[in-house]
Amino acid sequence: MRYLVYAVAGFRRYATYRQATLAAVFTNCVFGFLRSALLLAVAGASAGAVAGYDEQQLATFVWVGQGLIGVVSLWSPPELADRIRSGDVVADLLRPIDLVWQLLAMDLGRATFALMTRLVGPIVVGALAFDLFAPRRFSTYPLFACSLLLATVICFGCRYLVNAAAYWLLDARGPQIAWTLCNGVLGGLYFPLWFLPSGAALLIVVATPFPSIIQLPLDILVERGSPEQQVVLLSVQAVWVIVMLAVCRAVQRRGERRLVLQGG
Amino acid sequence: MTVIEARALRKEFVVRVKAGVLRRESRVIAAVDGIDLTVSRGDMLGYIGPNGAGKSTTLKMLTGVLYPSSGVVRVCGFEPVPQRQALARRIGVVFGHRSQLWWDLPLRDSFALLRHIYAVPAADHAARLSRCRKLLDLDPFLDTPVRQLSLGQRMRGELTAALLHGPEVLFLDEPTIGLDLVSKQAVRSFLAGIGDAGDTTLILTTHDLADIERLCRRLVVIDRGRIVHDGSLDELHARYGSRRRVVVDLDAPLVTPLALPDVSVESIEADGRRITYALEGGRTTAGELVRRLAELASIRDISVLEPAIEDVVARLYADRDRHGAGA
Amino acid sequence: MDSRWLTAYGPLVRAQVRSQAQYRASFVIDVAGSVLFGVLDVVAVFVLFRVSKTLAGFTFADVFLMTALANCAFAIADLLVGNVERLRVYVRSGLLDAVLVRPLGVLTQLAVMDVAARRVGRVVVAVGVLIVAAVNAGLALTAARLVLLVVAPAAGAVIFSAVFVGTASVAFWWIESGELGNALTYGGHDFTAYPMPIYGTVFRRLLAYGLGFAFVAYYPALALLDRRDPLGAPAGLGYASPLVAALVAAAAGLCWRRGVRHYRSTGS
Repeated sequence: MRYLVYAVAGFRRYATYRQATLAAVFTNCVFGFLRSALLLAVAGASAGAVAGYDEQQLATFVWVGQGLIGVVSLWSPPELADRIRSGDVVADLLRPIDLVWQLLAMDLGRATFALMTRLVGPIVVGALAFDLFAPRRFSTYPLFACSLLLATVICFGCRYLVNAAAYWLLDARGPQIAWTLCNGVLGGLYFPLWFLPSGAALLIVVATPFPSIIQLPLDILVERGSPEQQVVLLSVQAVWVIVMLAVCRAVQRRGERRLVLQGG
Repeated sequence: MTVIEARALRKEFVVRVKAGVLRRESRVIAAVDGIDLTVSRGDMLGYIGPNGAGKSTTLKMLTGVLYPSSGVVRVCGFEPVPQRQALARRIGVVFGHRSQLWWDLPLRDSFALLRHIYAVPAADHAARLSRCRKLLDLDPFLDTPVRQLSLGQRMRGELTAALLHGPEVLFLDEPTIGLDLVSKQAVRSFLAGIGDAGDTTLILTTHDLADIERLCRRLVVIDRGRIVHDGSLDELHARYGSRRRVVVDLDAPLVTPLALPDVSVESIEADGRRITYALEGGRTTAGELVRRLAELASIRDISVLEPAIEDVVARLYADRDRHGAGA
Repeated sequence: MDSRWLTAYGPLVRAQVRSQAQYRASFVIDVAGSVLFGVLDVVAVFVLFRVSKTLAGFTFADVFLMTALANCAFAIADLLVGNVERLRVYVRSGLLDAVLVRPLGVLTQLAVMDVAARRVGRVVVAVGVLIVAAVNAGLALTAARLVLLVVAPAAGAVIFSAVFVGTASVAFWWIESGELGNALTYGGHDFTAYPMPIYGTVFRRLLAYGLGFAFVAYYPALALLDRRDPLGAPAGLGYASPLVAALVAAAAGLCWRRGVRHYRSTGS
């Protein structure tokens, strides 16, 4: 399996960024404290539960959420966009391997490293400082693991598309800004999406990929609803994975064609 | 008039090295180990040395980027470290490896910004810019963003940027690195013109010895933090015994070998029909050699090769390797 | 900071803005994005109060005012010195040497070069929101309160700027510091937008008083709203925010200067 090589390469590369990883975990923890304080205060003012979450669930939502950011790599430098603009991407395209799968393999390798560092770190700190919710149903764990994998792939797809805009746009700032805005608000990072009117929230969950990255995995983990509802959320993610990957492949093909026509 | 004066200039770095499994010990390394340098106005000085010899460190101390560990240094009458900004106004620096221009802006805008930073009167700025535009042919790409320029175009932009405020001293850190031949020659002619005009002092560090030959009347060689040569190019040749060589093509190999004082045979090729003689010392001139040879054999062709600076420098670096850590 | 920065700052910023505005399309996108960020800054407060009537005993009007003050201060600081975090890139690539060779202070150059004129969008929105929040809170506008309404965001901007500069200067000693600064800058933004009582004691003591964050929005808001502090601080403490700002700025300036010194003695 050639792609395994890429996954290992991705893992190795990010494993060398020890200090940066430490700094990132520290930042995640600081935000963990800030967000927990806020959401717990909100819950406290509403008799301990709000929008279907109790205090423990909210704490887990915040801390595992911070850990998730590193695993799915919500914000990463636009390397692919730079390579496209400088023309270096031609070297990648000359290899007998599909670029999208190659990058995905590397990203999964990276995510594996992040699992051990950036997910574990905030969870440990959060568990020490707060009363976190532990899943009561045994089935939640494998569901969450699947959900995590799907979320990583969807986030990869989004980031890929943002970078691929460089095939057509000289300046990738527009898509970058849009991405940052969307995954913040619509992703569940600032507040659980269910704080919004349920109609709006439902629409966002179904019609955009952003909640599938942070919000849905967390909802599955904190068991906010019945087991059937967990599976429904997982299905939404699965659909988005298929959609995103299909769009990525299509964009890549058109991008390559444009590159060839332009002369690189 | 002295523009640069350095005495017993030293720079030490503390380096931490692994001394075992967990321990790290500190070692003090002298990157610049007491150098004395005096540069007069209008000098064109080449500052060369092997990698790691201390060239960049010296340059950084002269421009105020780095604090010396000890010693005295004055540039244009200022002490670089405490008077960094005042000195910055009087010097120009071109880095071959890094760009000082604004990546996303067109060249023209970078120049305009620099005018404000250096507080150059508009008329002076315009005059200098127009001169550079003509000499370096900047007009075709004056409005292109710097990131889209080729290396040669960018370097011409950097040179202009460094000169717009009329500096007294121009420091150039490997300005021709990575350039194609045409660009190199353009840069060299331009710098030669600046130097010949006499009011700007040029300090050039480079690995391209053709730069030295074209531009520098004076050569300072630094090795392991110490200056090992400070004089003209000819003096360097003389010191290291660079030899002129005479290559003769004969119709038939020599029956008896030629023996002359201070003449040695460097190589024999083509079954004895091509002989390269090296002239050491001065007792035999090239003319004498050819005359004696003509008596012995029929000469088809002759060429005289001047000592190459590469040979001298290579010999210099080789000496250093031979002497090893002891020197 | 060198003495010339005042005279250099104006023309430099103008020149930068003029050049950036030439790329009209991306400039418009950037400004639009900046405006959206400004709007985003406030959305959270609205959403939170949809699900809860009070927050640590404060009503929506109170918290809205606090958030507005915090956002205003942050947006202004981001505009003025937001680019200073690029110091990391400059140190790593050796570009800092090119900066040191120019006749301007390092901080001035970093703040002014590549000035992100687009961030003005966020500032405009933030100021507008502040006015709306002040009206919504039904403030009794005495002369003192009016002055505070203008001074508080300015002082807050100084505090945030100082934190930006201070955290960026870590790069002089530790290049790989990476996102460490974000914890204090963006974290600080979040921290100041909500009432202090929601935070645990240790955290509060460190950030609110240690870094002066409580004086960005919380105390000024209390003074403007004429509310008693549940934590027992004296009334009118908000008027001391310029003083705190000066202290924090001095500390950051010291940090920065030591950092430049360190870089210049040890090289890169």
